[in-house]
Amino acid sequence: MIPLEWYLGLSAVLFCIGIYGVLSRRNAISILMGIELMLNAANINLVAFGRFLQPQVLSGHIFTVFVITVAAAEAAVGLAIVISVYRNWQHINVDEIDLMRW
Amino acid sequence: MNLPAIPNIPVPTIEQIGFGIMAMIVIGSALAVVTLRNIFHSALFLALAFLGIAGIYLFLAADFIAVAQVLIYVGAIMILLMFALMLTHRVMTSSLRQTIGQWRWAAAVSVWVLVILVRLVVLHPWGMDKLPSKAPTTAIIGTELLTKYLLPFELASIVLLVAMVGAIVLAKEDKPDDPA
Repeated sequence: MIPLEWYLGLSAVLFCIGIYGVLSRRNAISILMGIELMLNAANINLVAFGRFLQPQVLSGHIFTVFVITVAAAEAAVGLAIVISVYRNWQHINVDEIDLMRW
Repeated sequence: MNLPAIPNIPVPTIEQIGFGIMAMIVIGSALAVVTLRNIFHSALFLALAFLGIAGIYLFLAADFIAVAQVLIYVGAIMILLMFALMLTHRVMTSSLRQTIGQWRWAAAVSVWVLVILVRLVVLHPWGMDKLPSKAPTTAIIGTELLTKYLLPFELASIVLLVAMVGAIVLAKEDKPDDPA
Protein backbone atom coordinates (compact mmCIF):
# COMPACT_ATOMS: atom_id res chain seq x y z
CA MET A 1 0.00 0.00 0.00
CA ILE A 2 1.25 3.44 -0.89
CA PRO A 3 1.20 5.98 1.96
CA LEU A 4 -0.62 9.28 1.60
CA GLU A 5 2.62 11.25 1.90
CA TRP A 6 3.87 9.94 -1.44
CA TYR A 7 0.87 11.32 -3.27
CA LEU A 8 1.15 14.64 -1.44
CA GLY A 9 4.87 14.88 -2.23
CA LEU A 10 4.32 14.12 -5.91
CA SER A 11 1.58 16.72 -6.09
CA ALA A 12 3.75 19.32 -4.30
CA VAL A 13 6.60 18.78 -6.78
CA LEU A 14 4.22 18.97 -9.73
CA PHE A 15 2.62 22.16 -8.38
CA CYS A 16 6.01 23.85 -7.99
CA ILE A 17 7.08 22.85 -11.50
CA GLY A 18 3.84 24.46 -12.68
CA ILE A 19 4.62 27.64 -10.71
CA TYR A 20 8.05 27.81 -12.32
CA GLY A 21 6.52 27.34 -15.77
CA VAL A 22 3.95 30.09 -15.22
CA LEU A 23 6.48 32.56 -13.81
CA SER A 24 9.42 31.99 -16.13
CA ARG A 25 8.06 31.38 -19.65
CA ARG A 26 7.31 34.24 -21.99
CA ASN A 27 5.12 32.36 -24.45
CA ALA A 28 1.45 32.62 -23.42
CA ILE A 29 0.74 29.02 -24.45
CA SER A 30 3.57 27.79 -22.21
CA ILE A 31 2.00 29.71 -19.34
CA LEU A 32 -1.28 27.90 -19.99
CA MET A 33 0.62 24.60 -19.89
CA GLY A 34 2.01 25.53 -16.46
CA ILE A 35 -1.50 26.30 -15.23
CA GLU A 36 -2.67 22.89 -16.43
CA LEU A 37 0.16 21.23 -14.47
CA MET A 38 -0.90 23.08 -11.30
CA LEU A 39 -4.53 22.07 -11.77
CA ASN A 40 -3.47 18.44 -12.17
CA ALA A 41 -1.45 18.63 -8.95
CA ALA A 42 -4.54 19.88 -7.13
CA ASN A 43 -6.58 17.04 -8.64
CA ILE A 44 -4.12 14.42 -7.37
CA ASN A 45 -4.45 15.94 -3.89
CA LEU A 46 -8.26 15.88 -4.05
CA VAL A 47 -8.46 12.25 -5.12
CA ALA A 48 -5.77 11.13 -2.64
CA PHE A 49 -7.41 12.84 0.35
CA GLY A 50 -10.81 11.53 -0.70
CA ARG A 51 -9.45 7.98 -0.85
CA PHE A 52 -7.68 8.12 2.48
CA LEU A 53 -10.36 10.04 4.41
CA GLN A 54 -13.70 8.72 3.14
CA PRO A 55 -13.22 5.93 0.62
CA GLN A 56 -16.97 5.28 0.32
CA VAL A 57 -18.24 8.82 -0.28
CA LEU A 58 -16.19 9.89 -3.34
CA SER A 59 -16.48 13.65 -2.75
CA GLY A 60 -12.91 14.02 -3.98
CA HIS A 61 -13.79 12.40 -7.28
CA ILE A 62 -16.77 14.74 -7.75
CA PHE A 63 -14.59 17.77 -7.03
CA THR A 64 -12.03 16.51 -9.52
CA VAL A 65 -14.71 16.18 -12.20
CA PHE A 66 -15.65 19.83 -11.65
CA VAL A 67 -12.01 20.94 -11.68
CA ILE A 68 -11.48 19.13 -15.00
CA THR A 69 -14.60 20.88 -16.38
CA VAL A 70 -13.35 24.29 -15.33
CA ALA A 71 -9.90 23.49 -16.72
CA ALA A 72 -11.39 22.67 -20.10
CA ALA A 73 -13.35 25.94 -20.12
CA GLU A 74 -10.23 27.84 -19.03
CA ALA A 75 -8.13 26.29 -21.79
CA ALA A 76 -10.73 27.14 -24.45
CA VAL A 77 -11.10 30.78 -23.40
CA GLY A 78 -7.37 31.23 -22.76
CA LEU A 79 -6.36 29.89 -26.15
CA ALA A 80 -9.00 32.06 -27.84
CA ILE A 81 -7.48 35.10 -26.11
CA VAL A 82 -4.00 33.95 -27.22
CA ILE A 83 -5.10 33.66 -30.85
CA SER A 84 -6.78 37.06 -30.67
CA VAL A 85 -3.58 38.60 -29.26
CA TYR A 86 -1.51 36.89 -31.95
CA ARG A 87 -3.73 38.40 -34.65
CA ASN A 88 -3.08 41.90 -33.34
CA TRP A 89 0.61 41.66 -32.35
CA GLN A 90 2.03 38.83 -34.56
CA HIS A 91 3.57 37.32 -31.42
CA ILE A 92 2.40 36.09 -28.00
CA ASN A 93 5.35 37.03 -25.79
CA VAL A 94 3.75 38.23 -22.60
CA ASP A 95 6.71 40.41 -21.62
CA GLU A 96 6.28 42.58 -24.72
CA ILE A 97 2.51 42.99 -24.63
CA ASP A 98 2.03 46.24 -22.72
CA LEU A 99 -1.23 47.49 -24.20
CA MET A 100 -2.82 47.99 -20.79
CA ARG A 101 0.24 49.57 -19.18
CA TRP A 102 -0.51 53.14 -18.18
CA MET B 1 31.27 -8.71 20.04
CA ASN B 2 28.12 -6.71 20.01
CA LEU B 3 27.16 -5.57 16.52
CA PRO B 4 24.94 -2.51 16.27
CA ALA B 5 21.42 -3.38 15.32
CA ILE B 6 20.81 -3.13 11.60
CA PRO B 7 17.96 -0.71 10.98
CA ASN B 8 14.95 -2.39 9.56
CA ILE B 9 14.80 -1.05 6.01
CA PRO B 10 11.32 -1.57 4.57
CA VAL B 11 11.39 -3.47 1.30
CA PRO B 12 9.27 -1.69 -1.31
CA THR B 13 6.41 -3.70 -2.70
CA ILE B 14 5.68 -4.10 -6.40
CA GLU B 15 2.94 -1.48 -6.09
CA GLN B 16 5.33 1.04 -4.55
CA ILE B 17 7.98 0.42 -7.23
CA GLY B 18 5.33 0.95 -9.92
CA PHE B 19 4.20 4.16 -8.25
CA GLY B 20 7.81 5.35 -8.13
CA ILE B 21 8.34 4.72 -11.83
CA MET B 22 5.07 6.48 -12.68
CA ALA B 23 5.96 9.46 -10.47
CA MET B 24 9.39 9.69 -12.13
CA ILE B 25 7.71 9.76 -15.56
CA VAL B 26 5.31 12.50 -14.43
CA ILE B 27 7.95 14.68 -12.79
CA GLY B 28 10.49 14.22 -15.59
CA SER B 29 8.07 15.10 -18.34
CA ALA B 30 6.72 18.04 -16.32
CA LEU B 31 10.29 19.35 -16.00
CA ALA B 32 10.70 18.91 -19.76
CA VAL B 33 7.49 20.91 -20.29
CA VAL B 34 8.81 23.94 -18.44
CA THR B 35 12.43 23.80 -19.62
CA LEU B 36 12.49 22.80 -23.29
CA ARG B 37 13.00 25.59 -25.81
CA ASN B 38 10.88 24.02 -28.53
CA ILE B 39 7.27 24.58 -27.50
CA PHE B 40 6.00 21.76 -29.70
CA HIS B 41 8.22 19.28 -27.85
CA SER B 42 7.10 20.62 -24.50
CA ALA B 43 3.47 20.16 -25.57
CA LEU B 44 4.20 16.52 -26.40
CA PHE B 45 5.83 16.05 -23.00
CA LEU B 46 2.74 17.63 -21.43
CA ALA B 47 0.66 14.84 -23.02
CA LEU B 48 3.05 12.28 -21.50
CA ALA B 49 2.70 13.96 -18.09
CA PHE B 50 -1.11 13.80 -18.37
CA LEU B 51 -0.92 10.08 -19.21
CA GLY B 52 1.31 9.51 -16.18
CA ILE B 53 -1.15 11.35 -13.94
CA ALA B 54 -3.89 9.07 -15.29
CA GLY B 55 -1.72 6.16 -14.10
CA ILE B 56 -1.44 7.78 -10.66
CA TYR B 57 -5.26 7.91 -10.54
CA LEU B 58 -5.30 4.18 -11.25
CA PHE B 59 -3.08 3.66 -8.20
CA LEU B 60 -5.71 5.59 -6.23
CA ALA B 61 -8.45 3.23 -7.55
CA ALA B 62 -10.10 6.18 -9.31
CA ASP B 63 -11.05 4.46 -12.54
CA PHE B 64 -13.57 7.02 -13.79
CA ILE B 65 -11.22 9.95 -13.12
CA ALA B 66 -8.38 8.17 -14.92
CA VAL B 67 -10.48 7.63 -18.03
CA ALA B 68 -11.80 11.20 -17.86
CA GLN B 69 -8.22 12.43 -17.57
CA VAL B 70 -7.19 10.57 -20.73
CA LEU B 71 -10.30 11.67 -22.64
CA ILE B 72 -10.39 15.33 -21.62
CA TYR B 73 -6.77 16.27 -20.99
CA VAL B 74 -4.92 14.08 -23.49
CA GLY B 75 -7.78 14.06 -25.98
CA ALA B 76 -9.32 17.51 -25.87
CA ILE B 77 -7.06 20.00 -24.13
CA MET B 78 -3.88 18.75 -25.82
CA ILE B 79 -5.50 18.95 -29.26
CA LEU B 80 -6.64 22.49 -28.42
CA LEU B 81 -3.08 23.41 -27.37
CA MET B 82 -1.67 21.89 -30.57
CA PHE B 83 -4.14 23.88 -32.66
CA ALA B 84 -3.17 27.09 -30.90
CA LEU B 85 0.53 26.28 -31.38
CA MET B 86 0.06 25.71 -35.09
CA LEU B 87 -2.06 28.85 -35.52
CA THR B 88 0.73 30.86 -33.88
CA HIS B 89 3.44 28.96 -35.73
CA ARG B 90 5.86 31.88 -35.97
CA VAL B 91 6.73 31.53 -32.29
CA MET B 92 7.47 27.82 -32.61
CA THR B 93 11.05 28.12 -33.84
CA SER B 94 13.38 26.61 -31.30
CA SER B 95 16.00 29.33 -31.63
CA LEU B 96 13.76 31.85 -29.90
CA ARG B 97 14.43 32.68 -26.27
CA GLN B 98 11.61 31.19 -24.21
CA THR B 99 12.18 32.51 -20.70
CA ILE B 100 11.79 35.99 -19.31
CA GLY B 101 14.76 37.83 -17.86
CA GLN B 102 13.85 37.13 -14.24
CA TRP B 103 13.72 33.34 -14.55
CA ARG B 104 16.06 32.99 -11.57
CA TRP B 105 13.51 34.74 -9.37
CA ALA B 106 10.85 32.38 -10.70
CA ALA B 107 13.01 29.37 -9.81
CA ALA B 108 13.66 30.80 -6.35
CA VAL B 109 9.94 31.34 -5.71
CA SER B 110 8.99 27.86 -6.84
CA VAL B 111 11.76 26.21 -4.77
CA TRP B 112 10.61 28.27 -1.76
CA VAL B 113 7.02 27.06 -2.17
CA LEU B 114 8.30 23.51 -2.64
CA VAL B 115 10.27 23.66 0.62
CA ILE B 116 7.18 24.90 2.49
CA LEU B 117 4.92 22.22 1.02
CA VAL B 118 7.35 19.33 1.54
CA ARG B 119 8.03 20.46 5.11
CA LEU B 120 4.28 20.47 5.77
CA VAL B 121 3.81 17.03 4.21
CA VAL B 122 6.70 15.49 6.14
CA LEU B 123 6.09 17.09 9.52
CA HIS B 124 2.31 16.87 9.77
CA PRO B 125 1.09 13.68 11.45
CA TRP B 126 -1.46 12.58 8.86
CA GLY B 127 -2.30 9.29 10.52
CA MET B 128 -4.54 8.21 7.68
CA ASP B 129 -3.99 4.52 7.09
CA LYS B 130 -7.59 3.53 6.62
CA LEU B 131 -7.62 0.66 4.17
CA PRO B 132 -9.47 2.03 1.19
CA SER B 133 -12.03 0.17 -0.86
CA LYS B 134 -11.40 -0.81 -4.45
CA ALA B 135 -14.96 -0.82 -5.70
CA PRO B 136 -15.76 0.63 -9.13
CA THR B 137 -16.60 4.31 -8.81
CA THR B 138 -18.50 5.26 -11.95
CA ALA B 139 -22.00 4.33 -10.74
CA ILE B 140 -21.51 6.12 -7.41
CA ILE B 141 -20.19 9.26 -9.14
CA GLY B 142 -23.19 9.29 -11.49
CA THR B 143 -25.68 8.90 -8.66
CA GLU B 144 -24.01 11.59 -6.55
CA LEU B 145 -23.83 14.02 -9.48
CA LEU B 146 -27.54 13.75 -10.16
CA THR B 147 -28.71 13.84 -6.54
CA LYS B 148 -26.45 15.59 -4.04
CA TYR B 149 -24.43 17.67 -6.50
CA LEU B 150 -27.23 18.44 -8.97
CA LEU B 151 -26.92 22.24 -8.75
CA PRO B 152 -23.11 22.32 -9.31
CA PHE B 153 -23.61 19.85 -12.15
CA GLU B 154 -26.08 22.14 -13.92
CA LEU B 155 -23.88 25.17 -13.20
CA ALA B 156 -20.94 23.35 -14.79
CA SER B 157 -22.93 22.94 -17.98
CA ILE B 158 -23.68 26.67 -17.99
CA VAL B 159 -19.96 27.39 -17.43
CA LEU B 160 -19.09 25.21 -20.42
CA LEU B 161 -21.71 26.91 -22.61
CA VAL B 162 -20.50 30.38 -21.64
CA ALA B 163 -16.87 29.37 -22.24
CA MET B 164 -17.73 27.97 -25.67
CA VAL B 165 -19.60 31.12 -26.74
CA GLY B 166 -16.85 33.31 -25.30
CA ALA B 167 -14.10 31.40 -27.09
CA ILE B 168 -15.92 31.66 -30.43
CA VAL B 169 -16.52 35.39 -29.98
CA LEU B 170 -12.92 36.06 -28.92
CA ALA B 171 -11.30 34.03 -31.69
CA LYS B 172 -13.62 35.25 -34.47
CA GLU B 173 -11.98 37.58 -36.92
CA ASP B 174 -13.90 40.84 -37.09
CA LYS B 175 -13.86 42.13 -40.62
CA PRO B 176 -14.09 45.90 -41.04
CA ASP B 177 -16.68 45.68 -43.83
CA ASP B 178 -18.92 43.42 -41.77
CA PRO B 179 -22.30 45.16 -41.41
CA ALA B 180 -23.23 43.30 -38.22
